[in-house]
Order: sequence, then C-alpha cells, then structure tokens
Amino acid sequence: MKEKDFRDNETLDLFKRTGGNFLMTSIDAVIDWGRSNSVWPLTFATSCCGIEMMATGASRHDFARFGIEVYRASPRQADVIVVAGTIVNKMAPVLKRLYDQMSEPRYVIAMGACAVSGGPFYYNSYHVVRGVDHVIPVDVYIPGCPPRPEALLYGIMQLQRKIKLESITRPEQTMILGKQ
Amino acid sequence: MKEIINLPVSNIEEEEYHINMGPQHPSTHGVLRLLVSLQGEMVRSLKPHCGYIHRGIEKMCEKDTYPQVIHLTDRIDYLSAHINNHAVCLLVEKALEVDVPERVRYIRTIMDELARIQSHQLWWSSFGMDLGGLTCFFYGLRDREMILDIWEETTGSRFLQSYNCPGGVMQDIHPNFQKKVHAFLKTFKKKIKDYDRILSGNVIFENRSQGVGILSKEDAISYGVTGPSGRGSGWSCDVRKTEPYSMYGKVQFNEVLRYECDTYSRYMVRMQEMHESMNIIEQLIDNIPEGEHSAKMKAVIKLPAGEYFQRVESARGELGLFVVSDGNKTPYRMKFRTPSFSNLSVLDHISRGMKIADLVAIGASLDLVIPDIDR
Amino acid sequence: MDNETLKARILEIVPEAQQEENKQFLTLLLPAAKLHDLALKLKNSPELAFDFLFCLSGVDYIKQLAVVYHLRSTQHKHALVIKVKTDDRVNPNFDTVCDIWRTAEFHEREIYDMFGIRFNNHPDMRRIFLEEDWKGYPLRKDYIDEVNIVEF
Ligand code: SF4
Repeated sequence: MKEKDFRDNETLDLFKRTGGNFLMTSIDAVIDWGRSNSVWPLTFATSCCGIEMMATGASRHDFARFGIEVYRASPRQADVIVVAGTIVNKMAPVLKRLYDQMSEPRYVIAMGACAVSGGPFYYNSYHVVRGVDHVIPVDVYIPGCPPRPEALLYGIMQLQRKIKLESITRPEQTMILGKQ
Repeated sequence: MKEIINLPVSNIEEEEYHINMGPQHPSTHGVLRLLVSLQGEMVRSLKPHCGYIHRGIEKMCEKDTYPQVIHLTDRIDYLSAHINNHAVCLLVEKALEVDVPERVRYIRTIMDELARIQSHQLWWSSFGMDLGGLTCFFYGLRDREMILDIWEETTGSRFLQSYNCPGGVMQDIHPNFQKKVHAFLKTFKKKIKDYDRILSGNVIFENRSQGVGILSKEDAISYGVTGPSGRGSGWSCDVRKTEPYSMYGKVQFNEVLRYECDTYSRYMVRMQEMHESMNIIEQLIDNIPEGEHSAKMKAVIKLPAGEYFQRVESARGELGLFVVSDGNKTPYRMKFRTPSFSNLSVLDHISRGMKIADLVAIGASLDLVIPDIDR
Repeated sequence: MDNETLKARILEIVPEAQQEENKQFLTLLLPAAKLHDLALKLKNSPELAFDFLFCLSGVDYIKQLAVVYHLRSTQHKHALVIKVKTDDRVNPNFDTVCDIWRTAEFHEREIYDMFGIRFNNHPDMRRIFLEEDWKGYPLRKDYIDEVNIVEF
C-alpha cells in the first residue's frame, strides 16, 4: 500500500484536532505516542480467526514490530481485545464481562467476518451474534474470512493512528473516539 | 479465622473447592470451560462446559446445498479443513457413484497430508507453549508458513480453502506445486530434528508428560477416543488403514502405535505421524498423473433418498459424516461425528487424581479444537 | 461375521427387529424397550463384541423422532446400525446406553439438547451446548426461529 493511500482515512479526518495549548498538545503527543506503541492485546480467540492472529504474532509476520508485543492472559492487563472469531449467544455475556474488566483506555478490534457481522453464519444460525458491535463498541473492523495477517497488521496500524488523535485534556473527544 | 484453625486436619483435607478454567483461558485453546473440582492441588473431577462456540452448523447444513456445506465444514475443524472437505466430497461421490479422476485422488491425498502436518505443527507449538516453552511457538509457526504458502499458490487462500468440490478439486494445481512441496519436505526434514531436540528429549518435558493422564486401550475404545490420542493407547484406529479411501490403499505407510498410554506417548505418536505424512507425500508427489482436475458433475447435486455414512481420518481422529437425504438438493439431516467431541469426554476420566498443572498437559495432548467440539 | 449371520444372530435375541434398506451397513429398527438389553449383549458377547460406538445421532422424521446408533467391533471389524423410533414428540425418552459405551454420555446430552429426547438413567441429563433456559430444540424440523432462520 502506498503511503498516500494509508494516510487517506476519512473517518480519522473527522476527529482531527485543531487548536489547543502548545504545552498540552505536546504532552498529548508524547503520551499518545507512547500509548499507541505499546498496545497489549488480550489472548482471546474463539475460532478460526484466532489461528491467523497467532500466525500474525509468530515468526513471519511478527506484530511485535508495532509494539503489540505481549499477549496478556488477564483482561486487567490488556489494552486491546482482538475479537478473533465467532461470538455466539452463550459467549456474549462472557465477552462483555471481559471488556468490562479491562482498564481504560481500552480498544476493540473486530477481526474477521464473524466478528464484523456474523459472516458465514449470518443466515440460518440460531445461536450466532451477528456482529460483536451488538455487545461491545468496536474501534476497528477487519473484514475477511479469515483476514490475512497483513490485514490484521493494517487494522492495528489504523488503531494506532486513532490512538494518536486522543487528548488527555479533552476527555469528551476521547469519549467520541473510544466509546462511540 | 479461629474456626478454621480449630478444624480437625482431616476435615481441611476433605475440603473441596472449585475453580473455573475458561472460557477465556490461554491453555484451553479456545473457549472451552472446565469446572474443576480440586482437593488441594489434585483434580477430583472436572466438568467440561461446551457451547461457547456452538454455531448451529448442523441446522445450517439443512438449508444449504451440498457444495455450500463444504464451506461450513472448513470452519468446524479449521486445522484439518482439507480433510473435512474431503469427507463431504467422498460422501457425495459415493452416493452418486461418481468415479473421480486419478489425478484428483493424488491431489486430495497430498493436500490431506499437508493439512495433517500443518495441524500437528500448530499442535506442537501450542503444546510447547502450554508447558512453558515459548520457543516452540515460534518454531512451529515458522515452518507452518511454508505449507500455507504452498496452499496459497494453488488454492488462493492461506487456510480454510474449500479446495475440494464434489467430483474433484476447484482448480488445477499450480505449476510450482511440486517444486515447492519438495522444497518444504527437504527443509522440514531437517527442522523436525530441532523439534525433537527442544521437547522430546527434554528432561523437564519428560517429567511433566510421562506417566501423566493414563488412558487404557479399553477406555479409549469405550470413550471413542480416536486419532493420535487413541493410537497413543495402542488402539489401531487409523481410518486410513482400516477403511482406505483415495490413495491411502496404495501407498506404503505405517500406522504409528505406542503403548505407554500417557501424555508422552500421545505426543510421540504425533511426532512420528509427521514423518509418516512426509513419507506419504514423497511417494505421491512425483507421480501425479495427467488428466482432468474434476469429474463431470450435474449442476444441481441431489443425493438419492437414503442414509449415508462416511469416515475419514482427520488430524484429530475419526471424522464421521452421517447424512440422511430425502432426495432433495439439501441434506435432510447432517450429523458430524467430530473427533474432538469424543476426545473431550475422556478428559474427566484421565485427569482425576492428577495435579492441576498436569491438566494443562493432558488437555493439550488430546489436541482439542473447540469449534470441532461445539460445531 | 458377515451381515447375514449377524442379522440372524440379532433376530435370535430380538425377534421384533426389522431390517431397513441401506447399502452400506446392516440397519435394524428395534422396539425401544429392547434397546438396553440388546446393547448389553452386543457389547458383551464375544462373537459380536461391538465395543466402539462411533456415531450416535438423533433424526427428526417429522412423524417420529429417532436415535441412530452406529456400532463397530474393533476386533471382528463388522459394523451395525441400530435405530429406535418414538411417536411421542412431547416427552420422548429412551434408555441410556452410556453405561455400556461411555462415549454415549456426551452424545446423548447433545441429542437431548438438539431434539429434546430424554435418556432414562443418564447420570447428567442437561443441555450441553445451549443455555439451560433456551426454548425449543433447534434441530427439530418444527423449530421456529423467526428472527434468525429465513424460509425461502
Ligand atoms: S470470519 Fe471466517 S475464519 Fe474468522 S472466525 Fe468467522 S468463519 Fe472463522
């Protein structure tokens, strides 16, 4: 992908900050830079997409390059939950609880068609939640069944850009960004 | 506090408490939930709670045509996706009495074996990781990428390819296919020695796995524990041998059996199986006959009314496919007898009296894939 | 043992058994009351020795509910399918075989979950996949789910 195309993201443009105090914006920049480069994911994989997530974390694709380094098994230590795989009705409350246990600021990546919309199980399945955004707010959607590791990396980069727009002085804007 | 101190010692010992492993737990390989009742550190009993990834695939199959069903079988056991596809195709071909070209059989068998190696590599990675060896994770997945590359070139997808279709395969193999498979075999033969050096001979690993989780042959049969886990108990249950399909009747390979019945023997069976799979691929890869990559099939596939059953050996064990057809283009009832479901049922039995840490090793040695349990 | 002798042998034990048409396996339809008895004999008599229950499925034939047992002998390599049916859709039940083949325990729970068929004497008759308060039995043909399942 060309740098120009990568930069071109209308949704993020909406949230671009203008103005602000010189000191505070500098502090923001530093904090956001730090935050965006150490996003720790939760080990959470329900099905097939989880294998691609593992592949992304392993030798060839290695998303440690982006600071998504340490898989955390406990939600209390994680910053981002990558919902990799189908969420069914029985799992939905558990996912909600996991999300609630994470500390702010927290982010959600919906990985794969299932997490985005129900995917292959959209029709005729009596037990699948059609999109994890019915349960928790989602920051980045990554389509694909399963998405390639490159797609996941791209999604993560988008998340990092989103984090970089946050401000500690204007939590209401963070609210828009993080919470929807 | 005082009351606790004053309790008689025996009473404290009998105290039983429950812990909840999962649904979100790194060593249950997905969203399995185990309710473990413990006495001290010993597992008294355990209750698996499934259904956290129950997607209703069997109901969906009743609404889908047979070629559509194939795409769903990929998602049941994603690590042996090719083999699951193969089962549906074999069943449809058997019911319609279609003779598939020789070339297709070769391709399918090679793909199946690649899937098996790939699945065992991933199992080895996560097994190592569960027991605390993070290196395994990187080694296993590094080598797995080579197989994914081969698949990607031919089928167009890294995994979940839905490459088989009734009557043949979706498209012909890529011209590079044979070359790449040879390259893979050459490298992996060297790399698999590393696997042995890291885990198989490791003292810590041996201590944690030998004598742990004993599953006798009778129990394996009674619980229906098939595949490498069953063969680790000395039960010769390989469908490739007992009921050969595709090319398995014509190639030479050994059914790997071990008789120690513990976690270590289940581990060794899988390690050996990777060698056997490479052996099978080697016999086939150079002699793929020329010809069509698919037999002529009708545009709409309708099975004659009746009941059909097809067994194949997936990477985890025996996959059975039971179809009741009423003559329509969709199955009337489709049942998947998935290997992991039966393998899970034995977990309670073999982990009783073990330490809680051993439970992780035992669970990993059964190689459970959770969507394969829940469907 | 080939299918003919097998059939004769089983008819000796259960004279009411009827053969059903099937190209692959010998399929016998049994009266539900004889199921547990026969199962026990199938497992324990040395010349039958059906020790491996390799598939256990429920089927909804609209008029009837059925349970299908696929059996195999690991020693003699012969296979057999037995079927039991019931007309009762409200409260169907059969005897459990999980004391004979342990793998049946989970499979029977699954059938209960999906078809609502109860198994008498089963140690733990609960739903296995769905929540306890789930309404209806999804794999029955008359299961209605207006929200999720589209009828074309
Ligand atoms: S999107 Fe596809 S690959 Fe991912 S979990 Fe769903 S079915 Fe599996």
